[in-house]
Amino acid sequence: MSQALDEIKIGGLGASRKRVEDNRFLRGKGNYVDDIVLPGMLHMEILRSPLAHARIRSVDASKAWDIPGVRLVLTGEMMATRNLAWMPTLSYDTQAVLATDKVRFQGQEVACVIADDPYIAKDACEAIVVDYEPLPVIVNPTQAMAEGAPLIRDDKENQHDNVVYDWEVGDKAGTDAAFARADRVSSLELHYPRSHPSPLECCGSIADFDRSTSKLTVYMTTQAPHIIRAAVSMVAELPEHMIRIVSPDLGGGFGNKVPVYPGYVASILASILLERPVKWIEDKSGNLISTGFGRDVYLQGELALRNDGKILAVRMHTDADHGAFFSDAQPSKFKIGLMHSAFACYDIPYAHLTARGMYTNKAPGGVAYRCSLRVTEAMYFQERMVQAAADDLGIDQAEFRRLNFVRDDDFPHRTPFGFLTDSGQYGKCLDVGLQAVGYENFLKQKEEAKKRGRLLGIGISTMTEPLGAGNSREYDILGIKMFDSAELRVHMSGKAILRTGAKTQGQGHETTWAQIVSHELGIPAEDIVVEEGDTDTAPFGMGTYASRSTPVAGAAVAMVSRKIRAKARKLAAHLLEVSEEDVEWELGRFYVRSARDRGVTIQECAMAAYSNMPDGMEPGLENNAYYDPPNLTWPFACYIVTVEVDPQTGVWDVLNVVAVDDCGVRINPMIVEGQIMGGLTEAYAMASMQFITFDAEGNCVGSNYMDYLLPTAWETPGFELHEVVTPCPHHPIGAKGVGECATVGGPAAFVNAVMDALKGTGVRNIDMPLLADRVYEALTLRHDVSGAPPVKTDDA
Amino acid sequence: MYPSRFRYEAPQSLDHAINLLHEGAGEAKVLAGGQSLIPLLKLRFAAPELLVDINNISGLDYHRFEADGTMRVGALCRHAALERSSILASRAPTMAAAAPLIADPIVRNRGTLVGSLCHADPQGDWASVVTALGGHVVALGPDGRRAIPITEFVSGPFQNVLAIDEIAVEAVIPAPKGNAAGGYLKLERRVGDFATVGVAVAIDTSGNQVTRAGIALTGVGGTTIEAAGAGQALVGRPLTADTIERAANLAAEAAKPRTDHRGSAEYKRHIVHTFVTRILNRVTETADKAA
Repeated sequence: MSQALDEIKIGGLGASRKRVEDNRFLRGKGNYVDDIVLPGMLHMEILRSPLAHARIRSVDASKAWDIPGVRLVLTGEMMATRNLAWMPTLSYDTQAVLATDKVRFQGQEVACVIADDPYIAKDACEAIVVDYEPLPVIVNPTQAMAEGAPLIRDDKENQHDNVVYDWEVGDKAGTDAAFARADRVSSLELHYPRSHPSPLECCGSIADFDRSTSKLTVYMTTQAPHIIRAAVSMVAELPEHMIRIVSPDLGGGFGNKVPVYPGYVASILASILLERPVKWIEDKSGNLISTGFGRDVYLQGELALRNDGKILAVRMHTDADHGAFFSDAQPSKFKIGLMHSAFACYDIPYAHLTARGMYTNKAPGGVAYRCSLRVTEAMYFQERMVQAAADDLGIDQAEFRRLNFVRDDDFPHRTPFGFLTDSGQYGKCLDVGLQAVGYENFLKQKEEAKKRGRLLGIGISTMTEPLGAGNSREYDILGIKMFDSAELRVHMSGKAILRTGAKTQGQGHETTWAQIVSHELGIPAEDIVVEEGDTDTAPFGMGTYASRSTPVAGAAVAMVSRKIRAKARKLAAHLLEVSEEDVEWELGRFYVRSARDRGVTIQECAMAAYSNMPDGMEPGLENNAYYDPPNLTWPFACYIVTVEVDPQTGVWDVLNVVAVDDCGVRINPMIVEGQIMGGLTEAYAMASMQFITFDAEGNCVGSNYMDYLLPTAWETPGFELHEVVTPCPHHPIGAKGVGECATVGGPAAFVNAVMDALKGTGVRNIDMPLLADRVYEALTLRHDVSGAPPVKTDDA
Repeated sequence: MYPSRFRYEAPQSLDHAINLLHEGAGEAKVLAGGQSLIPLLKLRFAAPELLVDINNISGLDYHRFEADGTMRVGALCRHAALERSSILASRAPTMAAAAPLIADPIVRNRGTLVGSLCHADPQGDWASVVTALGGHVVALGPDGRRAIPITEFVSGPFQNVLAIDEIAVEAVIPAPKGNAAGGYLKLERRVGDFATVGVAVAIDTSGNQVTRAGIALTGVGGTTIEAAGAGQALVGRPLTADTIERAANLAAEAAKPRTDHRGSAEYKRHIVHTFVTRILNRVTETADKAA
C-alpha cells in the first residue's frame, strides 16, 4: 500500500513555505520596469507645477527644444490637439494629463520632455518657462465649502461649487428615532490625515509602439494590467488586441499602482509619435506629491447609547478631501467606497451615514494605501467612537465591545448599513488578545504608575472588514465586473504552470498559489510555476488590491484545480480500467475504491493526458476558471496596544502590541504573519509619525522622505501574533482576505492607547499622527488637538 | 539621481585639493561623507561646477586626544567611528552621547563630523556639541592653517566663513578644566529625522564646583544657538536644583524657535528647558553614584 502524501511536506495548504520569489529578490535579480532596457530607448521627464492653484498664461518650451538630445517636448496644448489633454478617471470624473488652462495642485504635470538620456530630459524640463498667474488656494473641505471659495473645477460644465458628491446611506428615520430615545449620545469629531502608500519602487512605464506591427507594448508598474489595457484602449483609441501590458516585478504597490497616471499616457503618446521606446521613471518626490494617496477624511460621529452599554444607533457624517480630481480607484457603486462597513462587527439596529466629497488644491487619487475602499477610515472612526463611548458611559472598553459584538450564533448577520457578514468568533478573539496582553494585570499597573506620576495606557481595536471585491452585482470598474481568473496547464510530467488575473507586488502569489494547486491536486508546490502580469498570456482579471487576491483569484485557482482533477479522474478510470464512479481521490492519487493499493498518481494521469487518453477524450490537461464570489469575505481582528506617555515631552513609547487575526484558513502562515507585521508597522507609522500635510499656499509638507516619515527597524515595536480560525463558508478553501487587516484595524489601537493614558483630562481626541507636541499640548492645555491642514506656522 | 552636470576630481593631497578649489573660483564644493551634499545635488538645490572629493586623501580619518587633553577630529572621521570610539566613551561624555543620535546608522557610516560643521544646518547636531564644548575648526588654505572658533565659523543658515579655497581639515575640542561631564538629548519624530529640538550640555567640574559650562541648542533658530548666559550661570557654582532650574530657564530664553509642522515655538522652548534639566540632573546623579 502506498504511503499517503504529507501535505505540509509537498508545500500544500498550511505549509510555511519559503517564498520562491525571494530567491531572485534577495540576489538582486528581480526584473523591475527600470531594469528593462530596449534598443533605441528614450527617456521622459515630467515638469511639475510649483504652485497649487494658478492660471497658465503661457508655456514656452523653445529653450528646451534647443538642447541637443531633446527629441520631443509635450505640452498640454499639444495633448489637446490629439484630444489627450484630459483623461477619464476610474470614478467617472476627468483628470488633466498635462495642464492646459490651470494647474490645480502642487506637483501637477505641466509638460514632458523626451530625450536621449534622463539627464538631458531633466535639464530640458528646467529650461521650459511657464508663466503662472497665482489663484487663491484651498487645502481643506471647510475652505472648499466657504462662501466665495474659488471654483477649482471651472473646466466642468454645470460644476458651480467644489462639491464632488453628496451621498447618503442607511435608515435616517429609524436612526433619528433611536437617538431620540437614547439615554446618552456620545460624539466625536476627528480627521484621518492624508497619507501615502510610498512603495519602494515608484511608478514608471516603458511604452514601445512598433509601427510595423501596429502593436503597443507597455511595461508598466501596475497592480491591474488588464484594467490598464482596457483604459489604454479607450483613451488612446487603439484596438485591445494590439495592446500588451506587462507588469513585471513590482517593488510594492499598496494601492498606489492601481490608477492610470499622466506619465503612463504621455510615455505612450511619445512612443507612438517617435516610434521608439520611451521610458518614464518617476522620482520619489514626484511619487509622493502627485500619485494616489490615502485617507484625508473628516468625521462627525455620534452613538446613541443606553446606560447599560447597548449601542442603539450610529450616525456618521464624513467630509472627504479628494484633491483636484475625483480619481479614486475604487470599484464599488458607493461614492465613499465602503465607509458604511463601519460597525459591522457590532449588533446595532440603526445607522445612517451622510458623506460629502470635496475638490481641493491637492493631489488627486484617494483610496490607495492598503485600504479597501475607505474601510481604513471606517474602522478607525468606529473604534475611536467605541472607545469614546465606553469612556463616556464609564464602562470598561473591553466589556463594552463584548456587550455589543455580533454573537457567534447570529450569522449570517445583516449589518445596519446592509452588508451581510457570514462568520466569526469575535468574543473569542478578544479573549485571546486580553489574555495575551495580561489585561487585568495591566489595569492594576496603570493605577500604580499613575500614583507615581507615570502615564500608562491601553488601547483596543476590534473590527471585521469587507475584503475581496466583488461580487459582480455590486462591484465593477467602468462596468467591468469584479471577478477573477486562473488558468492551469499541467505538463505531461505532472509539472505545471499557473497563470492568474491577479498581480503580485510582494504578497507572494508565486508561492501561495502553488500551495493551493498542491492542496487540490497533490502536485508538489515546487513543481508549479506561477506567472502573472502579462496581458498577452494571463487570463483576464481585475488585479491585486483591496485584499482581493486570495478571496477571488485564489478561489479561481482552487476551482481550476478541481476542473483538472475532474478530468484526471476520467484518465485515472481509464488507466485503472474501472468506471469513474469506482475511483476515489486522496491527495495526489486516485485509487480503486475496492482495492486501495490499486491506484495512479496525478503525475501518471498527466502523462496519460498526452500519451494514453481514452477514445473520444480531448488530449491535454489544462483549463481555466473565472470566479465571481458570492460575497465579500469578512476577516476579524483584535489589536491591543499598551503605551507609556512622558508627560514632560509628550513622547510616547509602545510597551506591547498583541494582534489576534482570524482570516479563516491560512494558506501560508508565514506569509500571513508577514502581512500582519507589515500592516502593524504601517499602523504604528500612521499613528505616530506619518502624514502629508499642506501649508496655506498649498505647498506639500511631506514631499520627500525627510518630511514624510517611514518607520525604520529602530523605532518600530515588536509584535506578538495570535490566531483564531473561522473558515469562510463560501470560499472554496475557507480563506478570507488578510493583507489589509492590520493597516486598517491597527491605527485605532495605538491612538486609543495614548488616549487611554490621557483619560480624565477631558481630551476626547488628538488627530493622527500623535506627534509628541500634539500629545503635550493636549495634556497640558486639556483640549483636543486637530491636525487638519493648513499647518500652523509663525506667519499664519 | 540626475544632478546638473559637474566636473569631478578626487585629489590625493590637500595641496592638490586646495589648488582645485582655487581653480573652481567659488563654484566648487568639497565632498567628504556626502550625506547632505548628495541629496542637495539630487534635488538640484546645489549645482556646483566642480566636486572635489577628498576621500582619497590619506591621514584625515583620525580622532585622538593629545597629551594635554585636547581632542582632534580629522575631516574624514566618520560618525560611526565616533559612535564606536572607546576613548570618546571614557573621556568625552557630551560627544559620546551625541554620536549615536546623529541621523541614522546608514548615514553614520559615511557622514563626517567636520562635514556636518561645514554644512552649517541649524538642525545639525555636531555644531551644538562642538559649540557647547567651546571647540574650533582648523581651516587650511593657500596661506596655511588658521583656527576659527565654532561660534564664528557658522555665519548663517547653511553658510560658513571658509574662503573659497580653504578646506576644514579638523575640529578641535579644548582640554576640559577638571572632570568633563554633560550630554546630548534630541527630540526627533523618528530615527534619522532632523532634530525638532536638540540640546548639548558640556560642563567641567572640579570638586563640586562647575569650572566651565557650555550649552548649545539645535533646531530652535536660524543657526546653532549658543546659550552662553545659561552656561555662565553655572560656572563657579555647584549643580543644585536651583542652579539647574536657572540654567534651564536661561537656555529656554535663548532659544528662537519657530512654529512649524514639528511643533509650536512654545513647545520647542519647553523641550529645551526639559532637556537641559534632564541632562544636568543625570550629571548630578552620576556624580552622586561615583561619590
